[in-house]
Amino acid sequence: MIAVLLILIPLLTGLATFFLKNEKTVRFWALLSSLGTLAVAAIALTVQKDSSLSEFHGEWMQTLGSSFSLGLDGMSQMLCLLNALAYPLVIIATWNSKYFRPHQFFALMLLAQAGMMGVFLATDALLFYFCWELALIPMYFLCSQWGGEKRIAVTFKFFIYTFLGSLLMLIGIIYVQSLTPDHSFSLNSFYMAKLTPDQQSVAFWLFLAAFAIKMPIFPLHTWQPDTYEQSPTATTMILSGVMVKMGVFGLLRWLLPVMPVPSVTMGNYVTCFAIIGMIYASLIAIRQNDLKRLVAYSSIAHIGLMCAAVFSLTESGMQGVMLQMFNHGINIIGLWIVVEITEREYGTRKISELGGLAQKAPGMAILLVIVALANIALPLTNAFPGEFLMFNGVFNSYRSNFGIWFTVFAGLSIILAAVYTLNMIRNVFYGNTNAITEKAVDIRFNEKLALGIIVAIIFVLGVYPQLMLNITSDISEHILKAVKGTANSGAVH
Amino acid sequence: MPINLYILLAVVLFCIGVVGVLTRRNAIIIFMCIELMLNAVNLLLVAFSKMHNYAMMKEGIATGGSDGQLFVFFIMVVAAAEVSVGLAIIVMMYRNVHSVDINFLNRLKH
Amino acid sequence: MNNVFQIAYWIPLLPLIGFLINGLGRKQLSKSLIGIIGSGVVLGAFALSIAVFLQVKSGNTAALHYFDFIKVGNLSIPFEFKIDQLTSLFLLIITGVGFLIHVYSTAYMHEEKTEHFGRYFAYLNLFIFSMLLLVLGGNFVVMFIGWEGVGLCSYLLIGFWFKNQEYNKAANKAFIMNRIGDLAFLIALFWMAAKLDSVSFDTVFSQASLAKLSSLDITVITLLLFVGATGKSAQIPLFTWLPDAMAGPTPVSALIHAATMVTAGIYMIARSNALYSLAHLTNDVIMYIGLATAILAATIALKQNDIKKVLAYSTVSQLGFMFLALGTGAYTAAVFHVMTHAFFKALMFLGSGSVIHAMGGEQDIRKMGGLGKKLKWTFFTFGVGCVAIAGIPPFSGFFSKDAILLSAFQKNPALYVVALFAALLTAFYMFRLLFITFTGKFRGSHEQEHHLHESPPAMLLPLIILAVLSIVGGLVGIPDVIMHGGDKLGAFLSPVIPVHEGHHVEASTEYMLMGISTGLVLVMIIAAMYIYKNFTPTETKGFGKVLENKWYVDELYDRVIVKPLHWFAGFLNNIFERVIIDGLVNGVGKLVNYGGRQMRLLQSGQTGTYVLLMVVSMVIIFALQFFLRKG
Repeated sequence: MIAVLLILIPLLTGLATFFLKNEKTVRFWALLSSLGTLAVAAIALTVQKDSSLSEFHGEWMQTLGSSFSLGLDGMSQMLCLLNALAYPLVIIATWNSKYFRPHQFFALMLLAQAGMMGVFLATDALLFYFCWELALIPMYFLCSQWGGEKRIAVTFKFFIYTFLGSLLMLIGIIYVQSLTPDHSFSLNSFYMAKLTPDQQSVAFWLFLAAFAIKMPIFPLHTWQPDTYEQSPTATTMILSGVMVKMGVFGLLRWLLPVMPVPSVTMGNYVTCFAIIGMIYASLIAIRQNDLKRLVAYSSIAHIGLMCAAVFSLTESGMQGVMLQMFNHGINIIGLWIVVEITEREYGTRKISELGGLAQKAPGMAILLVIVALANIALPLTNAFPGEFLMFNGVFNSYRSNFGIWFTVFAGLSIILAAVYTLNMIRNVFYGNTNAITEKAVDIRFNEKLALGIIVAIIFVLGVYPQLMLNITSDISEHILKAVKGTANSGAVH
Repeated sequence: MPINLYILLAVVLFCIGVVGVLTRRNAIIIFMCIELMLNAVNLLLVAFSKMHNYAMMKEGIATGGSDGQLFVFFIMVVAAAEVSVGLAIIVMMYRNVHSVDINFLNRLKH
Repeated sequence: MNNVFQIAYWIPLLPLIGFLINGLGRKQLSKSLIGIIGSGVVLGAFALSIAVFLQVKSGNTAALHYFDFIKVGNLSIPFEFKIDQLTSLFLLIITGVGFLIHVYSTAYMHEEKTEHFGRYFAYLNLFIFSMLLLVLGGNFVVMFIGWEGVGLCSYLLIGFWFKNQEYNKAANKAFIMNRIGDLAFLIALFWMAAKLDSVSFDTVFSQASLAKLSSLDITVITLLLFVGATGKSAQIPLFTWLPDAMAGPTPVSALIHAATMVTAGIYMIARSNALYSLAHLTNDVIMYIGLATAILAATIALKQNDIKKVLAYSTVSQLGFMFLALGTGAYTAAVFHVMTHAFFKALMFLGSGSVIHAMGGEQDIRKMGGLGKKLKWTFFTFGVGCVAIAGIPPFSGFFSKDAILLSAFQKNPALYVVALFAALLTAFYMFRLLFITFTGKFRGSHEQEHHLHESPPAMLLPLIILAVLSIVGGLVGIPDVIMHGGDKLGAFLSPVIPVHEGHHVEASTEYMLMGISTGLVLVMIIAAMYIYKNFTPTETKGFGKVLENKWYVDELYDRVIVKPLHWFAGFLNNIFERVIIDGLVNGVGKLVNYGGRQMRLLQSGQTGTYVLLMVVSMVIIFALQFFLRKG
């Protein structure tokens, strides 16, 4: 029941927002709604896995073999919390940003939240697909209506790209459904379906297409920097903070346990691309002059590591990915907040045009430096345990002899990450002020509040990561058992 | 009279219609050519149905082969409807472009 | 009995609290309050460290387990401390020298704005916290937390005056070069975790674990850890950040880049001596790299004209000595030298700070000269430091350096000769610095000459204390030949570091070696005095130019690594990403577009064409059907 609430609150409040007129009211309404969702998500954390509260089954397209089923396990608890936490942060941080037609803007934002909640909670493949698109479509409108100069071309690319992936996934879903014994879309039937290795690899590539585009994995990433650059920053925060996790989540929930054989045999190739992408994106990030593009490429590099860790098929890797999904979401929202402030206050995102902000806006500088250090996974920030576990997982990759080399090459990106992050800090915050930054003022209370919350999370999870690891330990063990159990039971040659 | 002559006549009429449609640009003449083709087909239908009727009568079925003649009526009705619509279009066209030359109607291209 | 150990977590916690208070209250608190809090917390930690030391000295050690940091599957990494002899010694050095430098800083940084003054002390306290975490850590992960923490503080403090972009560049360079080492450290960690499912010192160094590791494992792990150490402790090939790190305030150079942080690598290897004593290949590598660094840095130091740069290269060179000792298996000697070096190098850095303070920020020794007359205390204490580092008995440097040279001799006399050469260079460039700076005629501007003054007591007091320590600090490690049982340090550390067994050297040989080194050092000092007593700046030519430009190592790295990488990144960004990948993606779109446009041409709008096409198609279909049916 609680799972339904998580979807219903943003959905209904989102629809209602269309009819509000006053901008202030809209903002308060959206904030209230997101806080409500956050409260429910926090309560959801306490729900035990097998209790009646954690699952919900409703009738929905019964003739097709699909039902409206939702389920809460460790992974969805964690991601729902991230989703619910991201919205208040975004709304608070962008309190001073002006949007035309604010009621539509916030309505679409909340609808996207409902869609993402659905993705994280669905235990029915058709419902999963439905929510996947429900999250995508508001994003399309948000980017194309409120975006930057080149928004039309860019969002067109974004939409076609991700939609192509979604359609391939839909084909995959229908394909697997036709092979299940009871012709049902439910997650359990998918898990039970005894596919031959050949059938599995067909479905594997179909599903992977959608997830790899969403994450994104090199070389399918080019929509991302453009979209992040052109979207309004509030949307970018949600896109990179939460939506990108849908891809990783999809791998964990729908790909590995359903198609274990290719996940093991093809894992090395996917990891290769992921790691090439990490280095590639890090190198490109060094040369970026636009803050948004820099953060975008940095995000691609981090996601690459998550993908590699997923396919390492080790407990350490799984746990690291779960932890890092949350951390990355929080940290990158922090970075975007700073980008948003910079753009709004000084009218430019060009690194070369900024400088000396630390003198004028010390509060912002300190908070950004902390977030940036978390971005490069310094110990005692939240990203360190996550990356540590992921690297450890990659190092011990299951059935792979290349774990060490994967780790070495992936590790290069942590050096490169230091290069581009510190250069960014140096050029934006240090040095002398120039004409643009001369009249800079420090950040306001609401921005300080949002960044303060983020910094608090960074330190709490950096010092005591077990908080999160305890939530997700059961589910990651479960996934691994599903993969290795099936893969070992004779299906692998 | 052997059926061959009917067929030959129908083919000649049809070909005249086709060539007319292909070569002429005047909408009305094209229209007439289309009618010509339709009537060539009608002629064939009538001829074949009569031939069929003879064959059936030998077996003692008097009404055999009447379907073809039914179809002819059907075609004539449809053709009449078509003519009314078609002529209306041509009239509209003349009103707009003061010509019934079909090459003026190439706006689909743009 | 273990009451002290139960509150041992306060040792790092106190500086952390200081960091928080100074960091958050830097705008509200007054300067004196910030100074008192900043130094007070370190003093508190020092007092606790003494208590811990006494407890350890009476034979107690402790392994303290606080909470599970990461626990996943088989891998369990607790947040734990391990307090033993080695730890307690480093605790004393860090908090002791750290406290003195905090006191010194209250005067040295007094001209900063309150806000920045508070920021400075916050960073300094954070550094002490990280460094304490590093040495207290009971496993490699906690150590790594401190390891990266000190790197961060070093970065923040090098770039303390953040308006100057050159300083910020130096800070970035330090952090990035350290990160290269850190990556190797991490991989070593993963390797250990993969083989042993644990990274705790007690488990890893136990006999059972060591037996589980193949010799390949041990070699790889130790080599990787050593690469980590070359980053932090500025050895070839990752040493170039340390001289640039002199951009930071001088007390920072004394604390971080001389006394404590840069010795973290030595601490780590000494801590892992159980592993290293099994890795012969690695030991050789460490030995040669240490020796090469010692020589290279010493030659560069001969021709530097920036007072802090000379000291920086001297630090690199001395660290090379320590690694040489580690490589020959003389872990105690290395730790001993860490201690004495902390005293005399901190002393000299603080002394140079006093000089810079007096000269109003000038660091070029060519513009100094004759400062001894005005800055008597500074001159005297700096002189003590020089004598100590040169290795004149009974100053502290003599004993520690002698122990290192002896272990080199035991390994191979040729090593001894090279190491001795480096030691002689040390004596020469240190006294060159001393004479150029403090004797002769003043070469600066009149304004500077007028401004010359001795530093305030808050700066002199640490200098004097450190000078005393530099004189007597070596007495804890008197070699057995001179006084039986004089090597108290070795005895103290023996539970952690088993006594080194090299080839036995005859007492007479040992005396002879001491005599040779002392004699030659004296010759060097006299030579330096003769050449530099009345120094006039001249243009350097020929080989001196190469030394002055630091063997062009920075330029080499720039050409071979930085520039190509930058170019490659540019290529990826401008060409590969835009043209190839995006080109492919957009190409698909363009192809569809192009196809559509071509198809559109068929829709000419010519009714005649349509009809013709229709007729032709019908004829074709008819013909096809007709002939196909026949066939």
